[in-house]
Amino acid sequence: MNGNDDRAETDGGTAEGSARTEGGPSRFAPADRVESVPPSGIREFFEVAENRDDVISLGVGEPDFTAPWAARSAAIDSLERGRTSYTANRGMLDLREAIAGRVTRYGQSYDPDTEILVTTGASEAVDLAFRAFVNPGDTVALPTPTYVSYEPGVRFAGGEPLPVHTHHEDDWALTPEALLEAGADEADVLVLCYPNNPTGATMDADEMDAVADFCREHDLLVIADEIYAALTYEGDHQSIATRPGMRERTVVINGFSKAYAMTGLRLGYAMGPETAIDAMTKVHQYAMLSAPTTAQHAALAAIERCDDEVERMRREYDRRRRYVVSRLRELGIDVAEPGGAFYAFPRVADVAPEGDARAFATELLEAEGVAAVPGTAFGAGGEGHIRISYATGLDDLKEAMARLERFLS
Amino acid sequence: MDEATRSLIDALVADARESTADLARQTGLDEAAVEEKIAELEASGALRGYTAVVDWEATDEERVSAVIEVNVELDRETDYDDVARRIAESPAVDSLRLMSGDYDFAVNVSGSSMGDVSRFVSEEVAPLPAVTKTVTHYVMETFKERGIRFTDHDDDDRLSVTP
Repeated sequence: MNGNDDRAETDGGTAEGSARTEGGPSRFAPADRVESVPPSGIREFFEVAENRDDVISLGVGEPDFTAPWAARSAAIDSLERGRTSYTANRGMLDLREAIAGRVTRYGQSYDPDTEILVTTGASEAVDLAFRAFVNPGDTVALPTPTYVSYEPGVRFAGGEPLPVHTHHEDDWALTPEALLEAGADEADVLVLCYPNNPTGATMDADEMDAVADFCREHDLLVIADEIYAALTYEGDHQSIATRPGMRERTVVINGFSKAYAMTGLRLGYAMGPETAIDAMTKVHQYAMLSAPTTAQHAALAAIERCDDEVERMRREYDRRRRYVVSRLRELGIDVAEPGGAFYAFPRVADVAPEGDARAFATELLEAEGVAAVPGTAFGAGGEGHIRISYATGLDDLKEAMARLERFLS
Repeated sequence: MDEATRSLIDALVADARESTADLARQTGLDEAAVEEKIAELEASGALRGYTAVVDWEATDEERVSAVIEVNVELDRETDYDDVARRIAESPAVDSLRLMSGDYDFAVNVSGSSMGDVSRFVSEEVAPLPAVTKTVTHYVMETFKERGIRFTDHDDDDRLSVTP
């Protein structure tokens, strides 16, 4: 055994006699709030899918397009010019101004000087919002199914997640009744993610009005993750922050990862009243200082010069969306019409062994090499479903659907 | 143009061989409506044809392509359409466009040898009375044609499964 093997064994901590076992329990035991969070529900799928070479993955939550050339070029140019320093904590002012101009299309109006914070991906913005506004013991209402990071984020901030069930039968609509039934009238914060990951659900104007009424009536702060806003296929994107009396109690989060296919550049932003952005900036300036400068230059170019490419990508996703939904329904699998994002969330309970979506996903992966994420990874509300991402080419989608058909026959 | 028609055109541009059933799935139209719309687009001249995109390097066929810049001088009796009609007659011409800038026409031609292309230029273009100058650029390698990349596909290096 060579030195490298020794080190690997020790680091792994699995072999008898390794440094870790000899030394007893690690002194670096995670804090309780970290220990209490289970590993991601997609981890085991990731590992199986990674170790097979014939897998068509429908489990990828990121665009299969490359960032538009104008954005990449701006990033390269910024490096060549040596723009490698920190920017203002809140981000470059011209980027914040461009963001302020861009979001007017959703009826949003924010002062780039005081009401916008540029972050390292929308994920950081979500985390900042939890840390800035959730006190230990506060209750945070989370519609389920929803994006996997919210619940851990709430727990890391010391809050208590409160699941609010939405249902396939109602096209995953979030209603005041559902909020009331879950006890969200007693909650402190509500997290919205529309268009939704994993269901693709969007909210129409009336639904958004009703949820806004509930939030005002029960004095809830809202963290509205609108990262998929630009990928809306049915109707216009609705933002709760545009409802009367909601701007002052809402932090809107958005970013460049999904619409501009810039996931790896890690750039997002938060918008809200000055006091909210001040609080989030305080956390941000100690944790991150400022978002990556190179990515900020790319983002500025993306806003200024890449509308056509975004529209081209949106149209392509829309074609795939229609194809996937149509094929699933032909195969007898019930799926609510996704109005945004790039996910379909079909109900496989009727065709799964004992109605278990996790078993279904496992068998589909093993038998046919098609990776889809079990719905329970997105919370209890996802039971009986799988998430299918159509951020993959049509040829692969066709092959995946053919394999699914074979699997079901 | 309505969204379904636009979607149908996008799908055909991406792959004109798609089945009517698949086109229907992508556009949200039923199959009869897809066929009807395609017929309408063909009748209106919006859809002019369906051709294959061939990487000749991958065949054992010799293929030489060139882009020819053509300058013309017009007179009372001759306009751009007259010149274009004459040049477009040749089966060697893949595309012919009137351009802004330093020259008037861009002609994409192909043949089985450089001699074919040279003959086309010297015998069919240069002798036209209106033509004052030609510049021939031979294609050395094609990387992308009509939206299709000829280079090897990059591997998908995204994580297999992500949130």
